[in-house]
Amino acid sequence: MIRLTFETFDPGAVLSDFARGRAEVGAVASFTGLARADGGATQTLELEAYPGFTEAEIGKIAERARARFGLLDLSILHRVGKIPAGEPVVFVATAARHRREAFEACDFLMDYLKSKAPFWKKEHGPDGARWIEPHDRDHADLSRWEEETPK
Amino acid sequence: MARVLLFGRLSDVAGWRERQIESAFLSALRAKLSDEDAALGQALAGRGVQVALDQVIVRGDAPLNAATEVAFLPPMSGG
Repeated sequence: MIRLTFETFDPGAVLSDFARGRAEVGAVASFTGLARADGGATQTLELEAYPGFTEAEIGKIAERARARFGLLDLSILHRVGKIPAGEPVVFVATAARHRREAFEACDFLMDYLKSKAPFWKKEHGPDGARWIEPHDRDHADLSRWEEETPK
Repeated sequence: MARVLLFGRLSDVAGWRERQIESAFLSALRAKLSDEDAALGQALAGRGVQVALDQVIVRGDAPLNAATEVAFLPPMSGG
């Protein structure tokens, strides 16, 4: 399931739903990204998406992860709009037969969501607002997956 | 009339998010926007800015038809 939401959500509840009633899955991994306050410098994050295009591009990333890691299922929930510090921004869960694939797919999905998914992020703080673009670190994280031979 | 959409910092630079603009080619649309607003023209030509026509990323020039949706996409940052 791939979904964008303007509303806050409970990552624990989403994970419980995702993990429930599975007989062939041996491993579920998840990641939750929160809006970080950075010592008060960021009061609110604002995420913009391109409706339709954003979901389709995330779908392509998800298909790569499914194929590469042999996932049995995955879930991606991403906030858009204004997000107060401390609230969840993104949730990813992966289901596989074994833990390594579940862990790695979760890591892969987050690296791609960070710099390849069509979102634009603005930080609002006491000193005003600024647009955030991918850091060198984000590009380095992504390149880890490009250098490896696909499994 | 192409439907032109600006995302992220581009809409802050331009002061608008969506406009209908008459143009037969993407290159002509860029020139028109740049003539009207040099700062926007510069931002659109900036590093990492991609263009999607009807939600498909294109490189280089392309013809625009009456109903084409043209989206200018600055570097993406999710999560």
